[in-house]
This record gives sequence, structure tokens and C-alpha cells, in this order.
Amino acid sequence: MEDTTSKTTLPEDVPILAPGHSFGSVTAKISDVVLGGTQPRAWWIGFAVAFTLLQLLLVSIAYLFVEGVGIWGINVPVGWAFAIINLVWWIGIGHAGTLISAILLLFRQEWRTSINRFAEAMTLFALACAGLFPIIHAGRPWVAYWLLPYPNSMLMWPNFRSPLVWDVFAISTYTLVSLLFWYVGLLPDLATLRDRAKSKLQAQIYGLFAMGWRGSARHWHRYETAYLLLAGLSTPLVLSVHTVVSFDFAIGIVPGWHATVFPPYFVAGAIYAGFAMVLTIAIPLRRVYGMEDFITMRHIDLMAQVMLWTGLFVAYGYAVEVFMAWYSGSIFELQLLNTRFVGPYSPFYWSLIFFNVLVTQTLWLRRVRANTVLLFLVAMSVNIGMWLERFVIIVMSLHRDFLPSSWGSYVPTFWDYSTFIGSLGLFATLLFLFIRFVPMISIFEMRTLVPEAKLEESE
Amino acid sequence: MERTLYGMIAEFNSPQELIDASKAAHDEGYTHLDAYSPYPIEEVCEAIGLHGNKLPLIVLLGGIAGGLFGYGLQYWTTVIDYPLNLGGKPFHTWPMFVPVTFECIILFGALSAVVGMIALNGLPMPYHPVFNAPNFERASSDGFFLCIEATDPKFDKEKTRGFLARLQPQQVSEVED
Repeated sequence: MEDTTSKTTLPEDVPILAPGHSFGSVTAKISDVVLGGTQPRAWWIGFAVAFTLLQLLLVSIAYLFVEGVGIWGINVPVGWAFAIINLVWWIGIGHAGTLISAILLLFRQEWRTSINRFAEAMTLFALACAGLFPIIHAGRPWVAYWLLPYPNSMLMWPNFRSPLVWDVFAISTYTLVSLLFWYVGLLPDLATLRDRAKSKLQAQIYGLFAMGWRGSARHWHRYETAYLLLAGLSTPLVLSVHTVVSFDFAIGIVPGWHATVFPPYFVAGAIYAGFAMVLTIAIPLRRVYGMEDFITMRHIDLMAQVMLWTGLFVAYGYAVEVFMAWYSGSIFELQLLNTRFVGPYSPFYWSLIFFNVLVTQTLWLRRVRANTVLLFLVAMSVNIGMWLERFVIIVMSLHRDFLPSSWGSYVPTFWDYSTFIGSLGLFATLLFLFIRFVPMISIFEMRTLVPEAKLEESE
Repeated sequence: MERTLYGMIAEFNSPQELIDASKAAHDEGYTHLDAYSPYPIEEVCEAIGLHGNKLPLIVLLGGIAGGLFGYGLQYWTTVIDYPLNLGGKPFHTWPMFVPVTFECIILFGALSAVVGMIALNGLPMPYHPVFNAPNFERASSDGFFLCIEATDPKFDKEKTRGFLARLQPQQVSEVED
């Protein structure tokens, strides 16, 4: 799978769009995946696996609704476990999409163009999985709407002094704004699909969503303003979401949670996890659909670099946690540190250090960044490591409460695992449907990279 | 059945031709004109005389409304409607109201950006006369069009056709309403 270009040229010399493309070829190449009708064998195999796992999720949730959260391993004192780990893990993954589409847009990083569409889709699907967990964890999911402030017959309101309520606002705002951003970005491409549709039904469906977009200069003028404003609004939003998620922990007094480093460390971890997932998706995607011209080794290299830098941030977070526990002199913090290093769950802590800190250091080597197989393995290691990080934070802090009489332990059950694996199925199913029905790369933005679009600088 | 004329449209193959044509049309004194391109071209917007728009103001007002709504909601529920004494702390705990206020600013701002853009653009509009132009499906792929509308005070069927033809387009055609 190694790219031949990487042997002869340095990644920074590879252009972000392979030479020889025109407006027409870019349009045809990307839209034919959707309009062409047939999908490669890999799509069918992947979709079958994903759809099967989705059924596992549905069975797990159905059984959960019948029996209640007792089917999971949660107990007193470990009342938060897989559901909250999965929530934080999925939300973190979502962050890369908005970072790529908003922050890199404001920084005028042209290489974001070919990866923003599917990264944003990934954000939405990760948020769908994330949003599921707190709702099913709450025990009575059919009254989940009690989380929202609305005038009700109980004459009660949510407690706005609780970070859990902030979370409701942060995550729902993030989901809505991501959806808007994604749809606005899609609008011109939907018009392309409408105009190139091979059947009347296709034309009608894409036409409905394209809302009659006709590429008028007056429209583009407002469109560009709206897109830029959305990017400007999404940038502080994406930084705020994982900050608020970290408040769920940092505002509590539980040892290992009550730390000021949490917000930046969570945000860096989110971007780290997100880029790992983008690479996990991009590497097979470009190969199966032959998109190497659009997602070049330059993109892969840059994404690996972002992963390395945010990984260093995360490693710094781990170091600060250890230092602050020691420096605080608090026996509870020191006890937690001891539990992490040599307690019953210490293998999780040391695996976390291995997957999230040590493996990532291989990205300093250009050879690793230029080898898609190795890079895929590193990205998988980060996916695992970030999940373990949340396990360490949540379960390890809770199982050693302040008083030894309230110490406990946590063992996940079959249904804990099945719900988590099932949520991977939901994510992957949505992703496969997205690839099938929506252009996976932003066509209109790719057109701006075509040589013909580069105008003479004189005017 | 009598068909009215919407305008005269010229088709070009490259963005540079469209920019030059837009400039020429603007210099010629045409004001009711529009360009159609498969991606945003800033120079074309400038050439046909588009400057600034109302969107930033709309988003600013939306954001302010969101902030007032978010803070007001929290103030009203926790101080006026349902004051709850938590550990003797004041009812008006403003630092705790910051996150939700912030999220509401972003949400209302983003909604007004998207709704504002769509509304100002007059979308959704499934039918528009310009779709009748030959080859217009290229406008969302690799074609560049300049349309001078019949409502323009300087519009004259023959003169406008002649003017557009001098810009060396692929073709010039009438667009019917």
C-alpha cells in the first residue's frame, strides 16, 4: 500500500491536488461515486459488517429498555462507566471535523479542502453516537426531554449551576451548528448532483435539497460571507464543547478529576483522537475509491503531524496530572496516583501510556508518516489509547472513593461491550451511507484548486 | 402562448473570460446582470459591483439576541421563578451562567447566518428562468455564464446580443421566462 511518490519526493513537495485535473475531471471523479450506481466490493463488505453491528446495538438497547441499567456493570461507587467513557470518546472524535472545516479555513490552510467534507460527516455521526449514551444511561430515556428547559406541569427547571446541564447546551448546539455547517457546504455540490443526475428521481431528490442553487454571483457573494461567519462561530464553539465536557469532571471534587489542566488537556485529546479517526477513515477511503489525486501524501503527512503535536499536548497533560497529585500533598490524590501505577486497574494505565504516548513518538520519523500501513496502525493505537484514557479518568477515580469503606470495583458485562461495539456499527453504517449518497469530497472547493482557477495576479 | 424574455446569456469556458466579460458589461453600463459560476470567484462579484452585504449585521444581531435569551432564561428560572437555596450561595450566580449564555450566542448566531443567507438569496427557488438557458447544467460543473436581464434600462435585444457576441463566448442565447 506504500505510496510510490513518497520514495522519490518529500511529502512537503507533493502538491495538494495531483497535476492534470480540470474543472470537469474533478467534478466527474467525485460525483460519479454517488451517481455511478455501483459501489466497489469493499463498500458492500464494510456495509454488511457495519449493519450487523448496528443490529447488535439495537438488541442491546432493546434489552436495556426492558431490564434497565442493571444489565451493565455499573454499581455504587462506580456509577459512571462505559456509557460516559463512550460519550466522551465519541465527542472527542467529533472535534477533528470542525477543526478541519472551521479553524483550518480561518488559517487559510488549503489542504483542508479535500478532507473537510468527510471529516464533518464523521463529526456528525460521532455526535449521533455520543448523544445516544447519556440518554440511555439516564435510566428513563423516554423522559430525556426533561433535560431541556421548557415550562412544564412540575413547575421545575433544570439546574443551570450544574455542568451536566451546560453539557446539554454545549452538545446540542455543537450538533446543530455542525449540521448547518455541513449542509451549507453541501449546497453547491447538491446542485451539481442535480444537474448531473442520471435519473429523474435522483434529480428530484438532490434538487429538493439543493433548493434551486444556481451558482449566481450574488448568491456566492452572500454564501462566502455566511461560510466565513459560520467558521468564525464554530471555532470558539469547538474549543468550548470539550471544555464543558471536562467541567463535568473538573467541577467535582473526586481525586483525579478536580484539576485545572482538564479543559486544555481534554481539547487537545479531542483533536488528537479526531485526527486519528480521520486518518483511520481517509487511508482506506482514498485507496478503495482511487482518490489518491485528491487526498495526497501531503495531506496524510500533515494530518500525522497534527496528531503528533496534539499527542505531545496530551502527554504533557498526563505529566501534569502526576505532578499536581504529588505537589498537592493531598493523601487522596496520592492514593489515586498509587492506584493508577500499581492498583488493580494499573494495566489500563500503562497500556494508555503505551498506546497514547510511546507509539505516537514514531511519527517523528518521516518513514512512518509516509507509510500508510504503519500510519493506519498508529492511528488505531491512538483510537484505543484515547478510549483507555477515559476509562482511567472515569472508572479509576470512582472505584477509590474518599473512605475505604466505599471502595469498590467495576467489571464490564457483555451488554457494556455489546453497546459500545454496536455504537461503532451505527457510526460505520452512517459513514457508508454517506459515501454512497453524498459526495465525500467538496467538489466546488476542489475546483478552486484546479490550475485553471489560478488567475493572473496582476488584477 | 406568448413568452416573455428574461434576458440574454453568454456562455464561457474559463473563469478569466467570465471576469473580463463581467467587467466589460459593467463598464458598458449594464446594471441588471448576474454571473453564474461553479465556484465562488471574488473578482466576478467585484466586477459586477457587489460590495458588502447585510449578513454580518444579521449575525451580530442574532448573536446578541442569543446572549440575551440565554442569560435571561437562566436569570429568570434560577432567580425569579424557582429560586433554590444551594449551600447558602447567592441566587444570581453569574459565573455559572457563562457557558450556557455562550452556547446560545453561538447557536443563534449560526442559525441567523444560515437562515439569513438562504433568505437573502431567495432560496428555496426550484424554478428560475436561467435554468432554461442551453447548457446551463454546466454552471454547476465547468461552465461560466453571464446573463444580462431584460429589466435592465439599457437592455435592447439586438444591441445586447451584439455586445455579448463581441466578448467571444461559446454562444449567446435568449433566456425565456
